[in-house]
This record gives sequence, C-alpha cells and structure tokens, in this order.
Amino acid sequence: MAAADELAFHEFEEATNLLAQTPNETTTRSDQLSPKGHVAVAMDSGGSYGAEDEVEESDKTMLLQEEKQQPGFWTFGYYQSFFDVDTSQVLDRIKGSLLPRPGHSFVRHQLRNRPDLYGPFWICATLAFVLAITGNLTLLLAQRRDPSIHYSPQFHKVTVASVTIYCYAWLVPLALWGFLRWRKGVRERMGLYTFLETVCVYGYSLFVFIPTVVLWLVPVPWLQWLSGALALALSAAGLVFTLWPVVREDSRLAAGVLLSVVVLLHALLAMGCKFYFFQPLPPEPMASPHQATPPPPATMLPPTLPRSVAA
Amino acid sequence: MAEAVESPGDPETTTSRPLMRDLKAVGKKFMHVLYPRKSNTLLRDWDLWGPLILCVTLALMLQRGSVDSEKDGGPQFAEVFVIVWFGAVTITLNSKLLGGNISFFQSLCVLGYCILPLTMAMLVCRLVLLAEPGPINFMVRLFVVIIMFAWSIVASTAFLADSQPPNRKALAVYPVFLFYFVISWMILTFTPQ
Repeated sequence: MAAADELAFHEFEEATNLLAQTPNETTTRSDQLSPKGHVAVAMDSGGSYGAEDEVEESDKTMLLQEEKQQPGFWTFGYYQSFFDVDTSQVLDRIKGSLLPRPGHSFVRHQLRNRPDLYGPFWICATLAFVLAITGNLTLLLAQRRDPSIHYSPQFHKVTVASVTIYCYAWLVPLALWGFLRWRKGVRERMGLYTFLETVCVYGYSLFVFIPTVVLWLVPVPWLQWLSGALALALSAAGLVFTLWPVVREDSRLAAGVLLSVVVLLHALLAMGCKFYFFQPLPPEPMASPHQATPPPPATMLPPTLPRSVAA
Repeated sequence: MAEAVESPGDPETTTSRPLMRDLKAVGKKFMHVLYPRKSNTLLRDWDLWGPLILCVTLALMLQRGSVDSEKDGGPQFAEVFVIVWFGAVTITLNSKLLGGNISFFQSLCVLGYCILPLTMAMLVCRLVLLAEPGPINFMVRLFVVIIMFAWSIVASTAFLADSQPPNRKALAVYPVFLFYFVISWMILTFTPQ
C-alpha cells in the first residue's frame, strides 16, 4: 500500500544514487545508517512502516547519527536522544522481547532505528537488585526452616550482582559489535547493527530473567530448573533471531560459531547467577563457625522453642 | 530583617539567626513531606541540608555495630551513603533525560526529603527490635516499612509527577519506586548483632 509512496519518498536524495549504483543493496535487510543514507528498510516484506511520520523519524534519527559530531557527545542533547521513548514504546519492546518469533528481528520490528538506553539501563538495575534481594530471601526462608543457618543481610551481593549484570549487558554487546564490524570488513554483504542497537537487544533480552529469578524463590528444584531453562530459551531465541539476518551472509562456520558463543555466554550468565545467589544449602546444620562463638541467645531461635526459664 | 540590626562583634546573633532560619526552613519542608499537598515550596526553595541530615541519620542507624564477619553483614555507612546519593543523582538524570522540566537540585531535594518516612520507619524498627524477637516482631516491622514506603512514594510522586510529559510519567516514576524499595529492603533486613 504505502510501499510505492515510500519508494518515492526515499528516492528523494541519496537513495537515488544508491539505487542506480548498486541495485542489489536495497534487498539487504539491515538498518545500516552509513553516510550513504541507506534507508531502504521499507523493502522488508510485510514491513509495517506505513506511516510517513515513521519515515520522517527514521530520517531524523539518521541525521542525528550521521551528524554525530555536531551535537557533540559532551552536550546534554546528545544523550537525550537516547531516552526519547514513551511508556507504551518501552512496554511494547518488553513484550517483543518476551515473545521472540522466527523471522522477526527485534531490532527491525521493535527498535525501528530508535534504540533507547532507558530499557537496558533500568532492566539491568532491576535485575541486579532482584537477584540480590531474592537470593537473600532464599536464605531467610531457609533459616525459618532450619534455625541453625545463620542469616545475614549479605549486602555485598548487591555489588557483585550489579557489576556482573552491567558488565555482561555492556561489554558483551561491545565485543559482539566489534566482531561484526570486523566481519563486515571481510565480507561486505553482511549487515550491521549499531552499538546501541546491540546493547538494546541484550538489555531487553535480560528482562525475562526478572520474573524467573522471583520464581526461583520457590524451593522446588525441578521448578527452578524448568523456569530457568524456559527463560534461557526465550532470551537466547530472541538474540539468535535478531542476529540471524545479520550473520546469514557470513560463512556457515563463522555464523554457527558466533551464535553458539552468544547462546553459551547467556547460559553461563544464567547458571552463574543461579549458583551464586541461590546457593543450595546443606541439609545438616553447618558445623564450624557457630561453635567457635557462643550462640546468639535470642535472635536466631524460633519462638516455638520452649523456654525453660519462663515461669 | 533581623540581620541589619546585628551588632558586628556579637557571635550569638551573627550565627544563630541564619541557623534558626535554615532550621526552620528544613522543618517546614519536613512538614510538607509528611502531609504531601501539591505545593511548590519544596521545589522553589530547595536545599540539601535536609537530605544530608536524613541520609546521615539513616546510614548511622543502618550501620552494623561489630565487624565480626565483614563479608556477610548489612551495608556499611559508606554503602548507604553511596546508594542514597548515587541513586538520587541517577533518578534525577533519568528524569531530565526523559524530558522533564525540573532542575537537578530541585529533584535531588525532593528525593532526599522524601526519605523522611523511611527514616522514621528505621527508628520504629530499631525500637521494635529491642523487644522480644519472633514472627510478630517481624510482622510489625514489615507493616511499618510497607506503610512508610508507600508514603515516600506518594510524597515524591506528588512533587515530581507534574514535571514530566504525560506519556512518560510511568517511566520517570518507576526508578523512584525501585530506589525506595531498595532502601526499604535495607531497613527491613537490618539485624542487630
């Protein structure tokens, strides 16, 4: 319907030259915003870019990213462009990350050339705190069952959790983006995502772990493993479906290795969190540190123990 | 006002009147937090003394007494300080980046003053912990912390919500919720050694 209009709109400036030179490039499925002004994303099948203002916005974003030098990175307005999202958009992106579909790349269908930093930042913050808090709650619930376990707030786990999650959500996309850029240098037909889009994909893909971590409070082992596996499958599937259009042009070996490494890192993160924050507690009371010090008199014992002192 | 009549060499009048004025301003803002109405006092005459007093009080009360096991305990003084101030700065930056029209220090002022209900909850919790421990003890503390947490959120939202464009209010309020939730968690899990 609007495809013809969009073609007419795009053939306005640079796309005309681009189409003339390399007619095959319009079929590439990437959101490449190189200075050539390649905005032929409308060629995607079933593309829902019907509205013209979307096209204008993608042009505006393209200009913003092209002329990155003018609103310099030291100005506030530069960073404000990364928080230009509404509540409904953030919720839509979260829903899109929860339900990955093959053939629907997150970057293409949800981000649409407008990556934001709000989602990744606050999802990582929430996940870090939820991990530390539910890990501590597990210890509290275990102490209720078995009074010999020593409960403590374990505040250092907040630091560990936040460092881990933030490093994962920012350094791994950096490495991935660097790797993809290098492969693009080798094979020019490959597509490319910008660094922010990669960070966005990773950030939103971590959202599914938040309810999973809360579910891990329930001390039923098979439920914990099942929910962990489900969350990992959804999250990794989202990543793979997003990366597939980009690495498809690369050799089979490189694409396979890249996707397996991505999934493996994700699995490592999930299992590391499970084992570190939800340590399975020993069934017998622990021996060493509580016999050296005199047992704390009242605070640790449950109230149901009979107090022989009471009259 | 009174400053013009001060005699230059008199230490009592040159320091105590501005001090009383500032203390009164801080007290007035405390009352505004406790009875949140839509008013501009907190925003217009912002100051950071109140948040500093509250933060130091909270950090002192949350600090664990003995250092028997450093790794396993509650937050240290510096950790509470960092969480409160770093959290407030992050939320302020977030709301400014989302397009809010509140100034940096006004937002810090509001967030800092709205810790007052949680500081009161900490006081109550410490008093309750002096009594006999048990599930009733825990339920009382939980109830008090939940009420004060809701009060903090309502108070800060009353001041901050208007400064955001309407389709982004939830995006700006969620970090405030997370911030006060973490502080409430620290208060609730405080165990005296």
